[in-house]
Amino acid sequence: MSVDFAVDRQAWRHLADAQVNVELDTGDMILNLGPQHPATHGTLRLVVRLDGERVVSADPVIGYMHRGYEKLTEFRTYPQVTTLINRIDWLSSFANEVPFMHGAELLMGIEAPPRAQYIRNILTELSRIATFLLFLGEMGLQVGALTPPFYGFRDREHVLNLIEAATGGRFHPNFNRIGGLKDDLPWGWVNECRNTMKVVFDACNTLEELVAENEIFQGRTRSIGIIPQEVGAGYGVSGSNLRASGVDWDLRRDGKPYLVYPDLDFKVWTHPDGDSYSRYWVRLQETREAARMVVQMLDRIPSGPIMAKVPRIIKVPEGEVWVETENPLGQMAYYVISKGATGPFRVKIRSASFSNVSILPWLLRGVYVPDVITILGSLYFILGDIDR
Amino acid sequence: MPKFPKPKAPGLIGGLGVTFKTMLKGAVTVQYPHEREDPPTRARGVIALKEENCTVCMLCARQCPDWCIYIEGHKEKRPPRREGGRERTVSLLDRFDIDYALCMYCGICVEVCPFDALFWSPEYEYSESNIADLLHDKEKLGEWMETVPEPEPLEVGAEGKK
Amino acid sequence: MIELAVNVGWGTILAIKTIVVLAIIPLGAIILGYVFLLKMMAHMQSRLGPMDPGGFHGWFQLIGDGIKFIQKEDVMPAKSDRRIFAIAPAVVVISTFLVFLVLPTGPDLVVSDLDVGVFYALAVSSLSVVGVLMAGWASANKFALLGALRAAAQLIAYELPLLLAVVGVVVMAGTMSLQGIVEQQQNGAIFGWDGIGNPFVFAQIIGCVLFLVAAQAELTQTPFDMPVAESELVAGYMVEYTGFRFLFFFIGEFGTAFAFAGLAATLFLGGWAIPHVTDPGWSNVLGPIVLLTKVMLVAFLMFWVRFTYPRLREDQLQAVAWKFLIPIGLANILITGALKVAF
Repeated sequence: MSVDFAVDRQAWRHLADAQVNVELDTGDMILNLGPQHPATHGTLRLVVRLDGERVVSADPVIGYMHRGYEKLTEFRTYPQVTTLINRIDWLSSFANEVPFMHGAELLMGIEAPPRAQYIRNILTELSRIATFLLFLGEMGLQVGALTPPFYGFRDREHVLNLIEAATGGRFHPNFNRIGGLKDDLPWGWVNECRNTMKVVFDACNTLEELVAENEIFQGRTRSIGIIPQEVGAGYGVSGSNLRASGVDWDLRRDGKPYLVYPDLDFKVWTHPDGDSYSRYWVRLQETREAARMVVQMLDRIPSGPIMAKVPRIIKVPEGEVWVETENPLGQMAYYVISKGATGPFRVKIRSASFSNVSILPWLLRGVYVPDVITILGSLYFILGDIDR
Repeated sequence: MPKFPKPKAPGLIGGLGVTFKTMLKGAVTVQYPHEREDPPTRARGVIALKEENCTVCMLCARQCPDWCIYIEGHKEKRPPRREGGRERTVSLLDRFDIDYALCMYCGICVEVCPFDALFWSPEYEYSESNIADLLHDKEKLGEWMETVPEPEPLEVGAEGKK
Repeated sequence: MIELAVNVGWGTILAIKTIVVLAIIPLGAIILGYVFLLKMMAHMQSRLGPMDPGGFHGWFQLIGDGIKFIQKEDVMPAKSDRRIFAIAPAVVVISTFLVFLVLPTGPDLVVSDLDVGVFYALAVSSLSVVGVLMAGWASANKFALLGALRAAAQLIAYELPLLLAVVGVVVMAGTMSLQGIVEQQQNGAIFGWDGIGNPFVFAQIIGCVLFLVAAQAELTQTPFDMPVAESELVAGYMVEYTGFRFLFFFIGEFGTAFAFAGLAATLFLGGWAIPHVTDPGWSNVLGPIVLLTKVMLVAFLMFWVRFTYPRLREDQLQAVAWKFLIPIGLANILITGALKVAF
């Protein structure tokens, strides 16, 4: 099957020249919110065409952080790939490993023991808390408040210390193995975790009082960047962004069952408005919900082994599998093709932020420049997730 | 275009209260060169080599995702264990370098070593001003062995190591 | 004047006073910057701020920064308008200097006690708008231009609430001279009780709040810091400035903060005066200390608000000024005038 693409060489040149349209403009100003900018969480470039302070058109230019993950995975074994994919969404690294391991285990036809599933789930929810605490803080920074990000970082340290005590790495745990986990928890971890969840609840209350209830913050975020349900779903927006538009869809409850979510009792938070404030609010509630889930799981964690019986040299049998999970940033999915070797043949990574960012040209028409920053902050994408 | 919301004092005053309380509560800073926070036991700081356990099987070098371990070895003959037996050959290390400029601190080498020759240590203060000095050779890796902590006891409900 | 042993002409005295003011501006900026920007902000954010420079809680940090800035290379953008780029920071600092000329720190310690002191102070403080526009335009940078245009609109809009707040004080004091206002507060009485004089903050509480809000906007501090919006424009109109010129902007910003806090302390809290201490010798010694204390109090409020609130968007900012603050200012004047005539 061959598809004939007429390569428009002019178009490629224009992207590099930051010319959004070739026709002569009539006095609009082209502003390059360039790869280096404090507001674009990383190396995202937004070529914005302004009429005074209103945006006429906006084009995101991505790829400044492309590291060639899918090519790298073709030449590495499963444990090596696990190490690499930690770094896709680096703020919630554990959550990146889970769907990949789940896919490999599905292909092999083995299941991790219950204790391993519980610990995996606890660490996933901990990484969700970690990344959302950062978001709650730095969303305040995007709209101009200087103190919330410090509170976010300060309280996130407790969660990172927990993850480090269990796995050895604060940001890149690299803890999942095919069939279970690398190690069991150290002594006293469960109590530490309970105490930390209290800290997390306090942090959520503090940030709510400092940011969410602030009238100036509400004035900056309400009715800004409204994503209607159909448009959002059409562009592939997922996760908290879509739930903030009123769509009641959460892969932990509605997708194929994975980890121990079927046994857990949790609420899926939605908000009818679909503006930046509701995205903030939904993530705030989800942080609290994640802390509640962790406490539930800590109460129910079973004893037992943490690794299923797997051969020493793991060769995953031939097959293809598509696994999608509810990552903190949205829906993340892996399509793993295996040809029976010690490493995958091809891994396709569907990352959440790539689709979340695709709505930007539609969303940013006609807003003010400060609102561009607010919207970028509220969509919460990570460049490593967009560019992989 | 959104209208400026009617000013309701509570939100604005509440925010001021939060910052004021935090100001009085004191800072959480650990003043690094004068005070230190100790990382947990399992923290992946640096890899230590126990040379006598190494049999130059090259598994660690092969499994490293970055190929940052450089190994060279040679074989030597040893006298037989019992009278009339065959001569044994042992592999000895000539060179075992880990390039910490490339190392991703993933731990695959430590995990995969069948002879327990590599260990994790939470030591992290080994920055250099010259990037070539980040290549730790056999002797330096052996020195890190002194900083390797005892493995901690596991949590309630865990089965021991298989 | 204080009785001097040596008979010096008024020119020498004027020169001495001017030099003292020129020295006070950076000193005031450093004190405010260190205490509030470095230390108070740090503690509000659960951290410590500078601790090492100078040994004791990093008191040398800003002075060291000043020295560092002085020895930096003078870099100008290639396409910038060189002369205007060079002059712009000076314009901002000059406007601050002119405000300091009428700020009294003691019964005799004022450079020039103009009869229209307050009017003059507000008039010259708006010269900084010109400096900001010059900086933004001459930088040849779109971000700087955006910041400068926002600043022009904002600073002009908030001049009016500033003025209206002060009119209430002038009505109550009966004079526009700053020394006169201080004297009225020192010798006045609240409903007949003259224990603490009559600081206008009680009677003019609305005016005081209005003045502080408008001063916050004049200083382009959060929640009104659109021109310098850090997460969007990364220092707005100042973005192309480095080294010595940036030092000027910094001193201008914090010097103006000191000046406005000084004005607020003088207009509403009683300035250098302590009630019932009328001996000019003592007042001349204690006056600066008292004024400094009151300035720190006012500055604490201003910086506390700065570190807590997010920023208003430009159109919301203008809406607050025109639709909210100015009507309140006008109402305040009406009420003050009516009550003044009645009592």
